[in-house]
This record gives sequence, structure tokens and C-alpha cells, in this order.
Amino acid sequence: MAEKITSEAELHERVAHCAACLNKKFKGEDGKKAIVVCGGTGCLSSDSEGIITEFERLIKENHAEDKVTVNVVGCFGFCSQGPFVKIWPGETLYTKVKVSDAKEIFEKDILGGEIVERLLFVDPVTKEKVKSQHEINFYKLQKRDIALKGNDQINPESLDEALAYETFVGLAKALHMTQQEVIDEVSKSGLRGRGGAGFPTGRKWQFAYNEHNDEKYIICNGDEGDPGAFMDRSIVEGNPMNVIEGMMIAGYAIGAKNGYFYIRAEYPVAVQRLQHAIKLCEEVGLLGDHILGTDFSFRCHIRLGAGAFVCGEETALLNSIEGKRGMPRPRPPFPAVKGLWGKPSVINNVETLANVPYIIKEGWEKYAAIGTEKSKGTKVFALGGKVNNVGLVEVPMGTTLRQLIYDIGGGIPNGKQFKAIQTGGPSGGCLTAKDLDTPIDYDSLIARGSMMGSGGAIVMDEDNCMVDVAKFYMTFICDESCGKCSPCRIGTKRLLEILEKITEGRGTEDDLVQLENLAHYVSQNSLCGLGQTAPNPILSTLASFRDEYEAHVQDRTCPAHVCKKLIQYWIDPEKCKKCSKCARGCPVDAITGEVGKTPFVIDPNKCIKCGTCLSGCPFGCISKI
Amino acid sequence: MAHLQPAAVKQITEICERYKDEPTPLMMILSDIQREYGYIPPEVQELVSSLTGVPVSEIYGVVTFYSFFSLTPKGKYDIGVCLGTACYVKGSQLVLDKFSELLGIEPGETTPDGLFTLDVLRCVGACALAPAVRVNDKVHPLVKPSQCQQIIDEIKKQEEASA
Repeated sequence: MAEKITSEAELHERVAHCAACLNKKFKGEDGKKAIVVCGGTGCLSSDSEGIITEFERLIKENHAEDKVTVNVVGCFGFCSQGPFVKIWPGETLYTKVKVSDAKEIFEKDILGGEIVERLLFVDPVTKEKVKSQHEINFYKLQKRDIALKGNDQINPESLDEALAYETFVGLAKALHMTQQEVIDEVSKSGLRGRGGAGFPTGRKWQFAYNEHNDEKYIICNGDEGDPGAFMDRSIVEGNPMNVIEGMMIAGYAIGAKNGYFYIRAEYPVAVQRLQHAIKLCEEVGLLGDHILGTDFSFRCHIRLGAGAFVCGEETALLNSIEGKRGMPRPRPPFPAVKGLWGKPSVINNVETLANVPYIIKEGWEKYAAIGTEKSKGTKVFALGGKVNNVGLVEVPMGTTLRQLIYDIGGGIPNGKQFKAIQTGGPSGGCLTAKDLDTPIDYDSLIARGSMMGSGGAIVMDEDNCMVDVAKFYMTFICDESCGKCSPCRIGTKRLLEILEKITEGRGTEDDLVQLENLAHYVSQNSLCGLGQTAPNPILSTLASFRDEYEAHVQDRTCPAHVCKKLIQYWIDPEKCKKCSKCARGCPVDAITGEVGKTPFVIDPNKCIKCGTCLSGCPFGCISKI
Repeated sequence: MAHLQPAAVKQITEICERYKDEPTPLMMILSDIQREYGYIPPEVQELVSSLTGVPVSEIYGVVTFYSFFSLTPKGKYDIGVCLGTACYVKGSQLVLDKFSELLGIEPGETTPDGLFTLDVLRCVGACALAPAVRVNDKVHPLVKPSQCQQIIDEIKKQEEASA
């Protein structure tokens, strides 16, 4: 049975002890090297578990138990380079490690003290090898100590390692303050909801605090449905205790005794780690009755989503927890007045809650010093798409898109031209090259026709068709519209039909006018945030890339060569080596020619535009026109 | 309820019992049943209704609302192609089309032999591995259309070996 932590003094004692232990481990003062392996979903998919097992086997085989330990940590965040293996002391970071590399790392580095050069990170710009994590540009410009605190340092399944990062110290401090003082502290910090809309968190808490009711609820929204975003997943996987602490502080502030985590069922690792973290906290008395010897009692519960994007909308989420179809409720009444089971409830995003412990522990002044005038603190982005360094990024508000894409993201791969960055997912919009020097904050992104959203940031290059991207989002929204209100249910379907018409080369000038009008209509008349923001991808691409829409309509061409009906595959007769590889791979026998004699030709009437020939030609003779 | 095996009735009763202290446990009950059996047919919904008191019309409404719940059995191997934005911009639609062509089924359908179901996923959070394909619990990273046949063949081989 774990030793209980029943007072603030005991907590501080334990924190000091754990911090010293972790520090010792990292510095190698215990005479051991520490192998740290990434345990995030991305790396687990590339078999980081197998790497751990292999290291354990090697240690046993070499009787090296007193020389080295193997540790798993939450998530390094630099997912495109995973799986990671880091060696303490020294912080050598090995990237894209395979199970078969473990032996070389073990023999050369652990036993021999020599660096395995071939596994070091290569900077995509300078092409130089970089030895340790803090020298990599991807990490250098980030501020990963608020929402992603400890993510790449601690074992997410260890309470002691979380305590070493002063987890629950903020809670202890909050329990000395009055509820109103805690709310004031959060209000003054300027923290705004990280789920997308940016509502001031302190004000939300205040509404619920003002309600007189014996039962109130705090709910953590982890239904991260925005396709291409994985901030919340990584935060929960990397340091679940930090989110639990944030939820407890929020619960204390509004007067809730119970907190509900609503997590997507698509995130099994996050759910399992959260369950484990709750269990550990209960065992030592950090969750339960009389926490840290005070009158504050709090319990955490987990509810799983079941694959419905609309459940990220807070009232739909409440319905889902109540065992109903996840459809939004009209407001008012707002959840702060009448929420879960009719009780006052506050719904905060995972990342919002992950910010709270820092604010309380360090004080609002320190937090408010980070960021811009109206957007304080840091923001976590899931940087993805056509960018060299794909991963999870925590940057101070006010960082420019250029810094995000080029300095941290390492630019666009394969020498391609940057076209747009999409933020805010299906509710957001595209920002273009002219916006690159925009400082990222809630208001500046809205002013430029996009929004912060939950943090998905997808980079697109010259090969992406913006009409196709708008169609992609509209397909998604059509699938996910709950059907409750007709502007969203019918309007989004009509919008999609127009887009399909355009991408198939059947569009007219009139369709563009209709598209725009209908988009405005849907956004003005839908019931909830999903429908109100659903036309944004169309409106923003229309504003920035009207020429692409017009090319589809007037010239019946797709400038990025994406829309299947508007392109043809073509073999350059000058370049063709007459090898017949394309003809042999073609599933519909659309390619003819004579080996070694005549160049091969594609029959456009037979071609189904599957692209097999293009990816198969070893000489690059085939292109899309 | 005539079609249900006694063992299934027993297990579903147990699942409902598990959450009897929760205020509104329907989603949890259905999630467990879906995980256990792979689908939630009408006769199971009737049983859950009689055990929980929730009208069967409401249960049907919930089952058909959420994409994780299914009225028909899924194939032994659920091939999910991620169509999240990061995967889409890197060409996952082509991967989905290829699987659809090779298996001869549309997304959401199951092959007649009950071996494969083809599904569309909305982001599994593995964006660095785009395009990602998940077969049951295993994620295949950076999948190209040309690798689809290989993924199918591997499963078939595995099946033959275990048969």
C-alpha cells in the first residue's frame, strides 16, 4: 500500500524527496545511466514497446542492472522523428530508433560511452547532426513548461515522478486561498479557453461559483475531434496528474466535489494512463475525502466518447454523459447554471486545465507576463501536414506563423512552395503566405479569417488543392452534423454538393455566388458552434484562393492537379525508357507501347486515374497535367 | 430475446449490473457490449432496455447516433483508414480507394467472408505517421496505396497459418 499524503507538509516533503531522486537519476549520480524511451501513441505505433523490451533483455543478458535503467516517458512531442531514445546523463537523443538499433546503442553508448552518430537527428535546414535534445531547433524556440510540463521527462504512470515536477503543489496553495481568490487569480492571469473559442476561464468559473447548489460538476473536455489535432491526447498521455490537479483546483474554486473526464474512445493509451493516475492519487489520498487534511473532497470519473465530433460542443457533451444522443442544447440556460444532470457545471478543455496548476503555483503575474496583450500564456499546437518537423509544439502566444512553420517546423519538405496553414480544423480557416508574420493569438487569427481552434495546425503546399481541402472539411461536417437543426443538416449537404460539382468540372460562376450566400446563411442560422463555424473553411479559401475556384469553374482545370476528374496522367515520350513497368502495373490496361521500341502512351478514356503508374515509374517520366 | 444465447444474456446482465450505481450509465453499458461482441443488434437493445428501464427507442437512437456503435457485426479485421486532415493532405483518400478496390467493398461494409471491414477513421492522433491505417489495434505508419495489397496478404497469411 502506498504511503498516504495527508497534509501539505507531507506533500512538500515528498516533493522534495522525489525531485532529488529524479535529479540524481538524470545526472547519473546514482552511478547509473538512464535510457529513456518515448511512450506516446505515435512512438508506440512504431513499436517503442519492443525497444524497451529489447533494452531490458540486453541489460539482463549483460548483467548490467547496476549500470543502467530503462524508463518510459509520456511523449517527446517530435512525432515525425520517433521513436526516441534518450540517454541520461548527457541528454543524447537518438531518433527513429528501431528495435534492431537497441543493441548498437547498448553496446556503443551505454557500455562503450561512444555516440551512435547514425541515429542522431539531422537538421532539415543545415543538414548537420545534432547531439542533444535542447540543441534541436524544434525544441529551442518552444516553451514546454506549462501545458506540456514534464511530458518528455517523467513516467506518466509514476506518482513520484509527477511529484518531482511539483505536481499538486498548486493545489495545496489553492486550498489556502478562498474560492473567490482562486477564481480572481485565474481571471487576472488572462487564461482563455484552449478548446477554441477563447472564453475567459475565470469568468466561466465565476458564473458557476455564483450559483447556489449543493452539487456542481467540473467536466474536462477531452473529446478532441478536430481531425489532425492531438494536443489533448499528448497532454493526458504525457502528464495526466497535471490535468487532474488542474481539475481539482477548478473543482475547489466553483464548489464541485466530482469531476468528469470525457475522453475520445479513439485514445486508448490516454484513457488507460488517466485511469491509472486516478487510482494512484486515490491510493495516497490526493483524491477522496479531506484532501491534504482540509475539508475539500473530490473524486474523478472517466466517461468515454463513442465517435461523434459534435460531442466536443459542450452541451452535446453533457447529453452524451447523460446517456443520450450527443445533440446540443439551446442556450440559455448555460451549463454554468444548468449543466450536467441539471446542476451547475463548468466544462474546460484538457489544455485549459493543464495551464491552471502553473497559474496558481507561480502566481498570475508570472503567467500574464507570457503572451500578447489579450492572449496570455502558451498554446500547444499539433503541427502536421506538409512540414518537416511534425509534432507537438508549445509556444508563447504571439509567436509568428513563420517561426512556427520555418524555425520550429523546419520548413516545407522536398523544396515545395508553402501555400497555406489551416488552423481551427473544420471550424477554422486557411492563412496564407501574406499572414506568415502574424503573431498567433485568438484575436489576430480571427481578424484574418481563421481562428485559434483547439490547436490543429496543418501546413499545405503547392500540391494541395484548396477547393479539395474545403470539400474535405465539408464532407467531414456533413458526416458529423447531428441533424438537430435544419440549417446545418441540410445546408452543409447542399454546400458539399456545390463543391462536388465544382471539383468534378461541372461548376458555374453562379455556383460560386450560391456557395458564398449559402455559407453565410448556414453560419448565421445554425443552433450550435459546429454549424455556425462549419462554412469557415469555404469562406476562408474563397477569400484567399478565389483564383483556384475560378480555374475549376472557368477553365475546368485543377491548378494543383488533385481533383481527379480534371486531370490526366501523361507519359513524356522524350523521357520514356520504354521499359513497360507502367503498363504492367496498370489495373485497367490503359497503357500501351512496345518494350524497347516505342514510348508508352496512356489512353485517357480507359485511365481510372489511380496514380499507380506515376508512383511506379522509376525514371519520373509520368506527370499529371 | 429468443435469439440470444443464455451465456450472452448472463454477460449482458453482468455488464448492466457493473454500472448500477452510476447515474446515467447507458453509454458505458453500450461501449462494453460493443467491445465484447463487436455489435449491438436489436435483441440486445431490448435486453438492455428491460434491465435498465431505458426505452428501447432511446437506446436505438443512441446506438445509431455514435459511429463506434454498430448494428451489424464487424469483420474479424477492421481496417480503418485515417481521413484526418494530416492524413488527407498526404493522400490517405487514395489509400482508402485502393483498399476499397482490393476488398471489393465500400467504407463501412464487411466482406462476405466476414474477414474484413473497411472503415474511415477521423484522426487517431498519429499525424506524424500520415497516412495512417489501423488494423484492429495496430497502426501501420506512412501507408502508400501500393502497400495495401501487402497488408491484406499478411492478414490472410496469418489467418491461413492459424486455421
